Amino acid sequence: MRVLLSGNEAIARGAYEAGIQVAAGYPGTPSSEILENVAKYEEIYSEWSVNEKVAMDMAAGAAYSGRRAMVTTKQVGMNVLSDSLFYTVYTGLEAGLVVVTADDPGMFSSQNEQDNRYYAKLGKLPLLEPGDSQEAKDFVIRGIELSESFDTPVMIRTTMRTSHSKSLVDLGERPEMKEEVGPFTRNAEKYNCMCLWAKKRHPMVEDRLLRLADYAETFPWNRIEWGDRSLGIIVSGVVYEYAREVFPDASFLKLGMTFPLPRLLIREFAGGVKRLVVIEELDPFLEEQIKAMGIEVVGKEIFPPCDELLPQTLRDLGTKAGLLPEDRARGAGTQPSGELPGRSPVLCPGCPHRTSFYLLNKMKLPVAGDIGCYNLGALPPFNAQHTMGAMGASIGVLHGMGKARLPEPAAATIGDSTFFHAGIPPLLNMVHNHGVGTVIIMDNFTTAMTGHQDNPGNDFTLMGEATRRVDIAELVRALGVEKILTVDAFDVEAMESALKECTGYGGTAVLIARGACVFVSRNPQPAYVVDTDLCTACGRCFRLGCPAIVKGEERNEKTGRRKAQIDPVLCTGCDVCRQVCPTEAIRKPEGNPS
Amino acid sequence: MSGRALNFLIAGVGGQGIVMASDILSEVGARSGYDVKKSDILGLAVRGGSVVSHVRWAERVHAPVLEEGNADYLIGFEWLEVFRRISYVKAGGTIVVNDCRLDPVSVSSGQLPYPDRTEMLSQLERAAGKVYVIPGLETAIELGNSRTLNIVVLGALSKLLDIEAGVWKEVVKERVPARLVALNQKAFERGRSLTG
Repeated sequence: MRVLLSGNEAIARGAYEAGIQVAAGYPGTPSSEILENVAKYEEIYSEWSVNEKVAMDMAAGAAYSGRRAMVTTKQVGMNVLSDSLFYTVYTGLEAGLVVVTADDPGMFSSQNEQDNRYYAKLGKLPLLEPGDSQEAKDFVIRGIELSESFDTPVMIRTTMRTSHSKSLVDLGERPEMKEEVGPFTRNAEKYNCMCLWAKKRHPMVEDRLLRLADYAETFPWNRIEWGDRSLGIIVSGVVYEYAREVFPDASFLKLGMTFPLPRLLIREFAGGVKRLVVIEELDPFLEEQIKAMGIEVVGKEIFPPCDELLPQTLRDLGTKAGLLPEDRARGAGTQPSGELPGRSPVLCPGCPHRTSFYLLNKMKLPVAGDIGCYNLGALPPFNAQHTMGAMGASIGVLHGMGKARLPEPAAATIGDSTFFHAGIPPLLNMVHNHGVGTVIIMDNFTTAMTGHQDNPGNDFTLMGEATRRVDIAELVRALGVEKILTVDAFDVEAMESALKECTGYGGTAVLIARGACVFVSRNPQPAYVVDTDLCTACGRCFRLGCPAIVKGEERNEKTGRRKAQIDPVLCTGCDVCRQVCPTEAIRKPEGNPS
Repeated sequence: MSGRALNFLIAGVGGQGIVMASDILSEVGARSGYDVKKSDILGLAVRGGSVVSHVRWAERVHAPVLEEGNADYLIGFEWLEVFRRISYVKAGGTIVVNDCRLDPVSVSSGQLPYPDRTEMLSQLERAAGKVYVIPGLETAIELGNSRTLNIVVLGALSKLLDIEAGVWKEVVKERVPARLVALNQKAFERGRSLTG
């Protein structure tokens, strides 16, 4: 049967057809949908781990025990899990293990554009790069086979475009997998990376790479497609698909396995074409290795290391470099005239984070931010977040601010899931080292930005099983924090007084702002209304940056400023604007029993 | 394969049902014997951001995204968003636009004016061969559920393509919640009447 699947759905299907029995990861765009789809197969145990390293260790344990396993991550999560990935390259495994990294060229939802292909080279493990959904599925199956025959974890690298685009996929069957495993293989010298023993494993890892390079020559998805031999293009991943369209006549070496490289195949191809070009998104990963083979090739002189290389870009740059005749350059369509208003991201109407940023802006505190929707607090009208780097970084940065003895009190913002991921160790560190600062844990009861996945603050798991919810206040208390306040995030006055109390405290203070994300809340209220007789157009409510509060047609006679109006479709009745309005012009609709 | 290669670009605002519409459109292409690829581009915000979806039908599709000047059909759920993507439409191509204005925060906060509707329409008409302006949202609200907007728009598009209505209806039926099938079939029919 042929069905339309996204790359991520196809990877999940591949896990099913590869006989994978254990899968773990931490949500992160563009990888999140893999595990969400894996969870639909009851044959596979799947979980959201608290971070990628934990997921990696857990998957290694499963693979040591004889279960085929998979780990998923977004590109920066690879930095977190790499520590654990690297030991598995030395130990090998009892059953297949694939690690899927979804990179983000173009930075649609990430803090950098790192090229994770280098991790394969650094960690010395094989790397597969699918270009569409069919390959995404096939490479998981082939990756498990490779993993078992070479006794190594295998890395599969997709990009946002392969993860999120859809194409047709032929479905296959799942092999019969054992219900029971065990007993655990006692092979201490293999599975303990103790220096004495690991030292003996290193030559085996190097030897394995040589054998993998031989295998790469025969890997069916490394293939030459001869065309016009005046131009030869070496390409991998989705960029192959773009290049096939833009350079329909050229010869291609399409690489599905990009580490280690098939050197004979590359030499054969290079020898068969007049001009050799590598087209790759982000870094010159292939180009450097091919140049090191002594082969003359161009790449980054033509195609830049930044952003996606979309077909349009390939056409423009290819024409400029003389790879395409001018007349083949397709004329771009008409451009719209004038400056168009952007549709920049905003906190959703009814978002519980709004109060915090409104107050942080009002109090003018320096704020260390973290990864999540609440980054929107850095944008107007709040302008209330001043740093943001990586998962859990906010609390460490706040501690640094405190130790720098800033003349003003500072705060950190971090969401519930991010706190569980990487916020606990730095908070513990703050307590131990007499840190000063306010940590606002913005608990919206979910991992909102990546699509509302569960975390230890929830009472269900990815597989839908009931579980015990962690009480964040209790957890924080156990870390040694003495000043802990828990406040309803929609109560502006209570939030303000709690913030003042925490920032006035001379040590590590934690303010837990609790309020459900509008997408998990089951309590929407009717839209609020503005009494235009009472509204003076002071503009206070606009400082909330709520998309439901718009400028109406009516104006204040003296100032000429436009009065507020509330969009009844967007408003969720969260009540925050009513609380900040100084003239009581905003209220619940008449006759509403609630 | 049942016809010539076709490229579609669907533009609108998060929450209007664009991803579902492009999923349905892709599935209709696949069931009509085409190779199909699609790619959605979503902004950071879950609600209210720009959304654009590329859908391609051909005997063999390589890239999941269109180049500018290459869309046979530009389908817009909102004026500003369709205007923003005007460069994608092929000369002689077709534009279907749902007559709807949603002000982004940059407009509601008074930073920039919303472009003039008449001016946008005349530029769309110059760029494309044919422009259909349809009261999609009004129709959906009349039917009693504004969330059927995407099905109304697909109905309008379906009338312009050489694919049997039954194929569309079958896919719509599979994609919407069971209790809303009848309503969506009605929305699809009403949509067809808007361009036919």
